Amino acid sequence: VTRIRKSATLVLAGASCLSLVAACGSSSGSSATSTSSAPTTSSAPATSAAAATSAATSAPAPAASASGSAPSVAPSSAAALAPASITVAIDSGLQPDAKKAIDTQITQFEAKYPTIKAKTVEYTWTGTTFAAKLAGGTLPTVFTVPFTDGRGLIARKQVADVSAEIAKLPYGAKFNPSVAVEGEDASGKLEAVPISAYGQALHYNRDLFTKAGLDPNKPPTTWDELRADAKAISDKTGMAGYAVMTQSNTGGWILTTEAYAMGGRMETMNGTKATAAVNNPQTKQVLKLLHDMRWTDKSMGSNFIYDWNGINQAFAAGKIGMYITGGGTYTNLVTQNKIDPKTYGEGVIPLSGTNSGALGGGTVAMVSVKASAAQQAAAVKWIDFYYMAKLTTQAGAALDAKTNADNKQPVGAPQLPVFDKATYDEQQGWIKQWVNVPLAQMKPYTDAAAAQPLIPEPGVATQDLYAALDPVVQAVLTNKNANVDSLLSAANQKAQTAIGKAS
Amino acid sequence: MTILERPAAVQPVRRRRHRSPVTWARRGGISNIVFLLPLLVIFGLFSWFPIVRALVMSLQQTNLVSPAHWVGLDNFSTVFNDPELPTALRNTGYFALLALVFGYPLPLILAVLMSEVRRWRGVFTALAYIPVVVPPVVSVLLWKFFYDASSTGVFNTVAGWVGLGPYPWLQSASSAMPSLVLEATWAAAGGTVIIYLAALTGVAPELYDAAEVDGASIWGKIWHVTMPQLRGVMLITLILQLIGTAQVFVEPYLFTGGGPNNATLTLLLMIYNYAFGSSLSGDFGAATALSVLLAVGLGLFSALYFRLTRSWSTS
Repeated sequence: VTRIRKSATLVLAGASCLSLVAACGSSSGSSATSTSSAPTTSSAPATSAAAATSAATSAPAPAASASGSAPSVAPSSAAALAPASITVAIDSGLQPDAKKAIDTQITQFEAKYPTIKAKTVEYTWTGTTFAAKLAGGTLPTVFTVPFTDGRGLIARKQVADVSAEIAKLPYGAKFNPSVAVEGEDASGKLEAVPISAYGQALHYNRDLFTKAGLDPNKPPTTWDELRADAKAISDKTGMAGYAVMTQSNTGGWILTTEAYAMGGRMETMNGTKATAAVNNPQTKQVLKLLHDMRWTDKSMGSNFIYDWNGINQAFAAGKIGMYITGGGTYTNLVTQNKIDPKTYGEGVIPLSGTNSGALGGGTVAMVSVKASAAQQAAAVKWIDFYYMAKLTTQAGAALDAKTNADNKQPVGAPQLPVFDKATYDEQQGWIKQWVNVPLAQMKPYTDAAAAQPLIPEPGVATQDLYAALDPVVQAVLTNKNANVDSLLSAANQKAQTAIGKAS
Repeated sequence: MTILERPAAVQPVRRRRHRSPVTWARRGGISNIVFLLPLLVIFGLFSWFPIVRALVMSLQQTNLVSPAHWVGLDNFSTVFNDPELPTALRNTGYFALLALVFGYPLPLILAVLMSEVRRWRGVFTALAYIPVVVPPVVSVLLWKFFYDASSTGVFNTVAGWVGLGPYPWLQSASSAMPSLVLEATWAAAGGTVIIYLAALTGVAPELYDAAEVDGASIWGKIWHVTMPQLRGVMLITLILQLIGTAQVFVEPYLFTGGGPNNATLTLLLMIYNYAFGSSLSGDFGAATALSVLLAVGLGLFSALYFRLTRSWSTS
């Protein structure tokens, strides 16, 4: 007995010693174990026919203008669909009205497909948290990732291959080829659905423009004007005239956008072989401009640790005069950050030099690798219903626009076409009567955006390249004597290592 | 401290005696195993399996989806050749040092002061402990708000009242780390205060009476009675704090993401970045390799610490 007791003591002592190692190893260890955990249980929903019908009738019917097409909420010929429960991604931190709009859409969806149960999960893709969610198995059944990562996830088989389901969609073959490629595998099979495309734009606060004595209908169109306007805003209002993102890969994303706008490129391609080229004259030009705005003009405010969410929040709160992000971000500024629409203005990114253009990207919707066959089918139905029907069918567009407008959610923020221009224009016509975004305030953007060349993001190890550039931007903004050359050459080396690993 | 240990001299000399499995079972061996089983299973599953798995993974290249393959010590050489490793080591050391200088004496001082207070002691204890109850994410978000670098930020407004600031707090490479230490100290001090308070109740009042008879001042009583009596506990809290600060993650991750320009990149943040920082190609091999290195480093440090402080410890 003594010996057993002694060994028990030893076991306990050993355990406590080893728990030290566990503290360090558990992050990777636990993710390893949790990937094998059971997938979201699929249970048969007990929706009776009556319940489904009542839900269908209580859901807002499409307006009269949508006549001629079947209302989307009628239970479809989905009887053949296997019962499934799925979780679907929604933006995190939605305002109550935005949440209500989504809930209505869930009700409409479940009425249309009575055998499917959908549950929303808050999710926002960020470069530094996605991999943890993927490895931890906590991604919803349907989630979205930027164009930069779609092909990589497909190639690594980290998402479900739903190409058979996608092929059944009537518009499966109609995608703009340059957009479709972001959801295709190496053989050209569409495994994920491109749901939106964006071009980078300059967003500005009209209120701060007015207070600084600037014309709120004339956002800057050259970098010199942008610098002068930023200084005026900062001097007159005390707010940041111009701000940039710096964290979770967004620093690199915006720096790349600015370098593109001056004609630079971050990677050079030789056939399929990519080489990091962040150490280019245009990037240095951008960094010098940022340095001078920060330290000479003092027009960039006092906060230099911004990610996408953080900068949107600060902009919506009226703390930032101008910043750069995707052209359709107005929607998020309302649904997540409750911006006062009157203060919002949107213009194009100033372009200078040869080969300059606006950085363009987009979002693909994907299905979790853990989804069962029934869940995969249900997931594609949700992608079709929630993201695509509003772009492809009159009834879908009308229903989505009406639901959002009824819940005081933005309708009609500018996007780039994921199909062709004609389809996009047609869709804009379908939703015309519900458009409630301040289109006049977006005119400087919508008038000039089409004329700007759209340049895709760096092709290989994009997010790693962006991550390597984050510290460079942070250093320039927080250290007056930052050595740009050595920072850029270190970043270039890091990006090149990542490119080497990815290719 | 280790009351299980007895001086070797009084241990009875025992001879190894052969026992048959039957005797062992009859003497309650099976029931011992049965009682041990839940512990073994839980530790095995949640502690030892991840540890072994981490050790194995540090020798593999894996993304947890495609089959892993052995790469020998490649992951370790990746870690050693990473230009960010010296930065992370330096930053972690700097955090530990600052936390030691500012964070270590504070709970002790608070506890001694509180033990001297007759009234409201419960209130003070609760106040000191509240930060520990607040979830770390909440307190970090709260402090992020306090640390707003504009002149209208909470701390800068307060500093402005006495004509100081505005300070950049998290927005400058030189002040970011001290800012993290300040919050971490606030968040963790309460737990240590409770430990010291408990230890203080164990100090025999006669010792104070004797000191008083000898004409000791309050300071004298603290220095000559309280401190020596708390020595054992202080040695433990010191090593716990050093191990804890070497593994700091929440603060740099949530406050600054390691910025500005890697000024708050710590070892654990680096481990996280290896594994999850890249949205596509998580390098779990390098992450576990650095974890193993850190664990071994801390293990060696703890062993050395206990050896060096053996003569000072109270047990």
